[in-house]
Amino acid sequence: MADFEVPDLKTYPRLPHIHEGVMAHSKPFLAKPEMQADLGFPGELIDNWQEVALDKMGELLGKYRSFQVYLDSCVKCGACTDKCHYFLGTTDPKNMPVARQDLLRKVYRRYFTFAGKYFPKLVGAVDLTKDVLDEWYSYFHQCSQCRRCSVFCPYGIDTAEISMAAREILDSVGLGQKYCNEIIGKVFKIGNNLGLPGPALKDTLEGLEEDVLDDTGVEVRYPLDEKGAEVLLITPSADFFAEPHVDGLIGYGKVFHQAGISWTMSSYASEAANFGMFIGSYENMRKVALRIRKAALDLGVKRIVFGECGHAWRVAYSFLNTLAGPFDFLDPRYPVPQHICEFTWDLIQRGALTLDKSANDDMVVTFHDSCNVARASRMGDKPGGQFHIPREIIKATCNHFVDMPIDTIHDSTFCCGGGGGLLTDDLMELRVKGAMPRMRALKQVAEENGVTHMAAICAICKSQFTKVIPYYGFTMDQIVSVHQLVSNAIVLGAKQ
Amino acid sequence: MPIEVNGKTLETDEEGYLANLNDWEPAVAEAMAKADGVELSENHWEVINFLREYYEEYQIAPAVRVLTKAIGKKLGKEKGNSKYLYELFPYGPAKQACKYAGLPKPTGCV
Repeated sequence: MADFEVPDLKTYPRLPHIHEGVMAHSKPFLAKPEMQADLGFPGELIDNWQEVALDKMGELLGKYRSFQVYLDSCVKCGACTDKCHYFLGTTDPKNMPVARQDLLRKVYRRYFTFAGKYFPKLVGAVDLTKDVLDEWYSYFHQCSQCRRCSVFCPYGIDTAEISMAAREILDSVGLGQKYCNEIIGKVFKIGNNLGLPGPALKDTLEGLEEDVLDDTGVEVRYPLDEKGAEVLLITPSADFFAEPHVDGLIGYGKVFHQAGISWTMSSYASEAANFGMFIGSYENMRKVALRIRKAALDLGVKRIVFGECGHAWRVAYSFLNTLAGPFDFLDPRYPVPQHICEFTWDLIQRGALTLDKSANDDMVVTFHDSCNVARASRMGDKPGGQFHIPREIIKATCNHFVDMPIDTIHDSTFCCGGGGGLLTDDLMELRVKGAMPRMRALKQVAEENGVTHMAAICAICKSQFTKVIPYYGFTMDQIVSVHQLVSNAIVLGAKQ
Repeated sequence: MPIEVNGKTLETDEEGYLANLNDWEPAVAEAMAKADGVELSENHWEVINFLREYYEEYQIAPAVRVLTKAIGKKLGKEKGNSKYLYELFPYGPAKQACKYAGLPKPTGCV
């Protein structure tokens, strides 16, 4: 099935023996010149790349204080070394978070610190050569920016931020990653990552209305571009396109229907994802985010709700107001923005939804915390809401729920292996190997507790898992959307 | 890596998708399938033809649900599901079938 070795799922986690350089060959396709141009980057490696890269690094050091603190403060304690799923899955020591940081840190020291300028050998400082640049391209595309390592770092060094900076430097000299940059260009031109034009969206949504009517006998609407709706739903375009994502979208519609709240999606802002974050480009991230603001204003909505998308919720929860705010035109009585899980959980708590848990009795469900939701955001009004609310929704809709081992959930959750702009076929070996820690935890609860399905609230996680779990002996239909469970359990029609 | 079809050399991208949509002809699908060790049956062709018709109208491949519904109507309800489509196209209907149909690869979180 694979032309590389799929990791063995051991029952008990243990530290792997290291194998130097085993992932040195892994690198994603380069963006084509026209894709780079759409984002304002040079089309291919420029002649004076060394000068521009160092200037860019200097600019980022001045702009982001945190970046410099992270590069200065590592004491090589080793706490992060065994925390990265890519290290555990690949055994390549350069996938230890500290080693990944050092790829950038050693250049930083050479050009930006006194000791590195005059005594480079003493402090491990090196010149920025083409080999170093190539190594950056490889290993900064073996980090999903999941931030698990930063939870365990006593200094709170955030490898994701270093990874984002590295990718921004690479983009600035013309070395962009095809997957991310082509997608961002599609958002600018068409409105979403997939490149679904308005008529295709409309056709797809009309099909869903027919399907739900056939299944339930109830006319549930999936509205597009309807001015004056109360809520604008911003959801990943995979929700229109892929499985099990679309089952979640069907669920959101049923929840809005039962709540009696008018809602709409937008063909202009038909994407929650914001890959500008993955490539560390504030300008591109802002441009994508501003589409949401424009759609909200044009449609005259009062609230913005985000669908199941992990990093979109980080951008929305943590950055949206400064990127695209102020949102003073929205109803201040509701969170700006709100997560669909908050929205649904609020209705459940108020007794506004009738849920028949037995509809999910064919499943024993576990929940995969998505990294950007778990470690970079929150939900609700209590600490840890981002862990509890999705689980409470599952428990309200399913009779059988089991958590995976505690060191693999909540803020210790393992990345699915495809986050941070790595969900591309040219990185399949990395994706399969990086999924190993999560697969091991899933296997444990499958064997010990009879877990049959894993639910997630992120389009990347769902696509990554459906693709890689067959390598580990599971089947793709064992991955479900949280709102798919809601969709199955919700009783439509007048409340009884 | 360009492919040879009917004596013509056609340009493809790194993953073997046609660079130019207009280069497509049925022999292209046959050649790509052959390279994967797949023999195209009538049912494969139903999917490929539907993809091409849909793309012609909407400039994008159909969503999985749109595709399964259409195939269910053409080949019978028991075949209108993604399990059947994966049997036909083990690398995924969205990607493998699009490739044979000469469509660009779907991008995004899919």
